[in-house]
Amino acid sequence: MTKERLVVIGNGMAGCRAVQEVLKRDPDRYEITIFGAEPRVNYDRIMLSPVLAGEKTFADIVINDEAWYRDNGIVLHAGAPVESIDRAERLVRAAGGLEAGYDRLILATGADPIRLPLPGADLAGVVTFRDLDDVEAMTAAAKPGAKVVVIGGGLLGIEAAYGLARRGMHATVVHLMDVLMERQLDASAGFLLTEALAERGVETVLGAQSEEIVGEGGQVTGLRLKDGRVLPCDLLVMSVGIRPNTGIARAARLEVNRGVVVDDALRTSDPAIFAVGECVEHRGQCYGLVAPIWEMCRTLAEALTGGAGAYEGSVLSTRLKVSGVDVFSAGEFAGGGDCEDIVFRDAGRGVYKRIVLREGKVAGAVLFGDAADGAWYFDLMRSGASVGDIRETLVFGQAATEGLRGLDPSAAVAAMADDAEVCGCNGVCKGTITSAIAGEGLATLEAVRAVTKASASCGSCTPLVEKILAAQLGDAFQVQAGPKPVCGCTHRGHGEVRKRILAEGLKSIPAVMQALEWTTPDGCATCRPALNYYLVCAWPGEYRDDKQSRFINERVHANIQKDGTYSVVPRMWGGVTSAAELRAIADVVEKFAIPTVKVTGGQRVDLLGVKKEDLPAVWADLNRAGMVSGHAYGKALRTVKTCVGSEWCRFGTQDSTGLGVRLEKVMWGAWTPAKLKLGVSGCPRNCAEATCKDIGVVCVDSGFEIHIGGAAGLEVKKTELLTKVASEDEAVWAICAIVQLYREDAWYLERIWKWMARVGLDAIRAEIEDPDRRRALYDRFAYAQRFARIDPWAERVAGRDAHEFNPLTRRMEFAPA
Amino acid sequence: MNAHVKEETIWIDVGAVTDVPLRGARRVPTPRGAVAVFRTGDGRVFALKDACPHKGGPLSQGIVHGHAVACPLHNWSIDLATGEPLGADRGKGCSPTVPLRIEDGRILLGQV
Repeated sequence: MTKERLVVIGNGMAGCRAVQEVLKRDPDRYEITIFGAEPRVNYDRIMLSPVLAGEKTFADIVINDEAWYRDNGIVLHAGAPVESIDRAERLVRAAGGLEAGYDRLILATGADPIRLPLPGADLAGVVTFRDLDDVEAMTAAAKPGAKVVVIGGGLLGIEAAYGLARRGMHATVVHLMDVLMERQLDASAGFLLTEALAERGVETVLGAQSEEIVGEGGQVTGLRLKDGRVLPCDLLVMSVGIRPNTGIARAARLEVNRGVVVDDALRTSDPAIFAVGECVEHRGQCYGLVAPIWEMCRTLAEALTGGAGAYEGSVLSTRLKVSGVDVFSAGEFAGGGDCEDIVFRDAGRGVYKRIVLREGKVAGAVLFGDAADGAWYFDLMRSGASVGDIRETLVFGQAATEGLRGLDPSAAVAAMADDAEVCGCNGVCKGTITSAIAGEGLATLEAVRAVTKASASCGSCTPLVEKILAAQLGDAFQVQAGPKPVCGCTHRGHGEVRKRILAEGLKSIPAVMQALEWTTPDGCATCRPALNYYLVCAWPGEYRDDKQSRFINERVHANIQKDGTYSVVPRMWGGVTSAAELRAIADVVEKFAIPTVKVTGGQRVDLLGVKKEDLPAVWADLNRAGMVSGHAYGKALRTVKTCVGSEWCRFGTQDSTGLGVRLEKVMWGAWTPAKLKLGVSGCPRNCAEATCKDIGVVCVDSGFEIHIGGAAGLEVKKTELLTKVASEDEAVWAICAIVQLYREDAWYLERIWKWMARVGLDAIRAEIEDPDRRRALYDRFAYAQRFARIDPWAERVAGRDAHEFNPLTRRMEFAPA
Repeated sequence: MNAHVKEETIWIDVGAVTDVPLRGARRVPTPRGAVAVFRTGDGRVFALKDACPHKGGPLSQGIVHGHAVACPLHNWSIDLATGEPLGADRGKGCSPTVPLRIEDGRILLGQV
């Protein structure tokens, strides 16, 4: 029997999801062909905001890669926009003369962003926010310090502005209404959102009507508002909504209003043609969110595999993907005569919750600052359950409410249907999670994330996933109240592990794993490096470093690059160098044909593209010129950046270069929980940018201000002033003491700013300002350094771990194939 | 493990088992691309094409744990016995396994 032919127009979230749902029900029924206009595989469009913000990469958001199409026998025509449908012949024609006949056709053509017809809309630098090309255009324009204006204060507009602010731009959201996200938020929550965005460097201009986009030489330079104000910008993003993409449907004479009209089985006016997703109009409604699309796809798959599901429209809920801003909204919040409001505010925590009731049932909810119970309110709303008897505690959330009624909060989770979706980002339903827990013996949130991807994207379903784990495992699941487990191999947190290493005198990785009941034979790539570090720190001079528990960079003392070559960074103390050193570097570059030489952000020279087998010889030459490893690869002291200070600068108050050199010489080779970078500036003009380093010194006339907790990586943080000392000696002692405290107390991979946020600046200050404790810390640091300041390059050149660099040789050549 | 290997397999001695560190790997260059030979904590030896199915990362440079290796570029975990990615990346390609046998403490790689 020949298979029926199923053709899908649209390779986006809806089209692929529909196919997945069909395959799940009847994998052999159809011969499937998908046409996609974008030249790439299927990805999670709703996660483009974190990609824009630099919090994720494209690879992280691919839903189905090429193997999926191949394994399921799906023919994918990517980059082939469909041009017409011949309904009489049941034939789809695409660009380039491609054709495909169908028995069933699915339209999943999505929607296009609306471009406001403003004068100047065609200037270069005016973009929309819809697909990966838009993200790439925006990130290319996102020069730190440049300005971006986003027209539209809806969900996407805000996420775009936040993402670009994260990339260093000055971002301004221009919104026609007086409240951001006014379709989802009331005025109170909108106000809190405006404030929260301001804290994250996003300005908001409300009640502002755009009049003209102004430019110069074809490039956008600003946005003129109706009231005459001009907001200068280098990039302008329009994010004012979407319009269903109905061109093909219209041309094929299907019934189209705002979207392609479908019935409850997602069937268009032609019974062989179906439509799903944003291009659809169902019962007069068009949708632009992911949850309704998933619901449509399930119904459609039923219809295509002989089932009889019906789609009855969706109740919507929204979450904002801006780090640290927890916003949830569902249903109605406009209130009115027949509605009652329950409102809870906690100014200290910045929490606002409002539950709207109608006739004793939840009609809507707006949560700001604490949205953990969003799913619970949403379920109450969808089920239409009467909440009269839990009214008093409703606003305090599920745990409080059910706890007070003597109910087991896990009962609700246990009652959830297996096909109920838990993670909207990755489309994971409850049954997938429970069978993974049972089938693979998963016991931790991390493990569920790794295996199913549930809660691995935006994380808003994390509480629900934890409840599912708890419901299934009972006491065997330890909710991560407090310490986070080191990894999936253990339930224990970093703090407990460190404490027991010291208390029980555990001196090797196997000893730790045995004593602490690790659940895997020899750990994983997450816990082994952490344990190795904890042991190095706890037992200096005694513990034998476990090479196989170090990442390749630390194992070979060079940074692995994307093509498998390595980069080498020699130490230049305090950023100071000499003719002899530069000459040695130049010679090495020529001798080994090193393709790229680059100055790093920490004032060192980076030699990029070195072959692994050349590493020992490169180091030998650099060693011969007196240079040692810069540890630019390690969770270790990397650089001390300096300015020229009083030696040369007319403003310099102290010898900042000299202090930087001294610090680096005292501290080099020290392994730390995460990379460690220092800066010393000779005056408050701060030319060494010391206030965004892990530890920064700002020299002033009266002495040395010691700052900690800066960062300029994934997060950008300004340091906090920890203490001030009068002499250079005291500065060195204090800094060594801080580093030792950090080494002994922080969790592996925890930068100083994160550690500081966890334990508190005051607690750190108390240790450092107490002369006895500071002295003891300094002594322990100095002791550990006796074993740490060994140049790893020289050791390797002398032959240690030579096997690491020489490939195995074959006794016989392979015969030609 | 070698059921699929045909009789005319040519076996090539690439070194002693002890040349590969425990929980470590060695790289073997071949005209058809490098092979990674792994030795796990329990003493088993495995061989895979030295390229992660994700971005071609050199698996021989990764951290070996259990019967898996974490790719040094983006931390995909690869099953040493099958070459398949583990966890959430399951099903996204494969690093081909290379026929291998141990004889008198020597590692022999097969070519069919």
